[in-house]
Amino acid sequence: MAELTTRLRITPFGVICLVGLIISLYLSLIWAPRERVMGDVQRIMYFHVATAWIAELAFLLVGISSIIYLWLRERKWDIVAYSAAEVGFVFCCFVMITGPIWGKPVWGTWWTWDPRLTFSMILWLIYVGYLMLRVYGDDIPQVKTFLAVLGILGTLDIPFIHFATMWWRGLHPDSLVMSEEGLGAGMEVDMRIALAVSAIVFTLFFFYLMGRRMALERLRDETEDLRDRLEYMNNDNIRN
Amino acid sequence: MDQNFWYLFSAYTLIWVGLFVYLFTLASREKKLETEVVQLKKLLEELEKKFKE
Repeated sequence: MAELTTRLRITPFGVICLVGLIISLYLSLIWAPRERVMGDVQRIMYFHVATAWIAELAFLLVGISSIIYLWLRERKWDIVAYSAAEVGFVFCCFVMITGPIWGKPVWGTWWTWDPRLTFSMILWLIYVGYLMLRVYGDDIPQVKTFLAVLGILGTLDIPFIHFATMWWRGLHPDSLVMSEEGLGAGMEVDMRIALAVSAIVFTLFFFYLMGRRMALERLRDETEDLRDRLEYMNNDNIRN
Repeated sequence: MDQNFWYLFSAYTLIWVGLFVYLFTLASREKKLETEVVQLKKLLEELEKKFKE
């Protein structure tokens, strides 16, 4: 374990998050009661819902930091947007994978063009484009502006995903967590606790990953700066 | 065993494997950039010394 944390450069906060994830795994797979209709496969919900919440949080952060970046043009907000987009995309992939795995035994199909699923797919594709553009043209100022606009557009898709089950009729069930009867009113208490722990732990883990991703981007800036200085000194040396 | 067990197993396994793969890529990118920063700083120091001489 110690070797793994060293190899992956996991800080003490990261270790706390990983321990939290293991506790959450225990609560979700063993401690929470078995759902009567769907059976054990319903336990996918504890991680599916938590990762969906993190993806929404991350993309909301991309939108907010992109607006601030367009306004102030400060690199630090661009770093926040980029980091949140990458980490959010990882969690969005988890949602897009665990959703069909849960859907197959319950709905009888891996995928259906239900409104919530369709808007989730649109969001995922927006961020595929966003991250590809980051890799290919991140250092061009006009591209940065375009990326900020794309990030804001992605954020505008979130309400459509969130309220899709209320606005349109589809196969995806209504939100059990934020129902009209109250927070998590449609679930048993033990299920609510397992889901709450999962959401809290994933939120902490998201901030841990954000911190690491932002530090990585600052390190990239430092490398670029050093390369520029070296090139300038080399040119100066040749001229003299 | 519940025939749906494999769906549950694959969903959780994919999330855990995915998280560790992402942590591993972060660590390797960090290591690569840190090594580059050290090398570039060393080169800059050498050039500055040359300039002074």
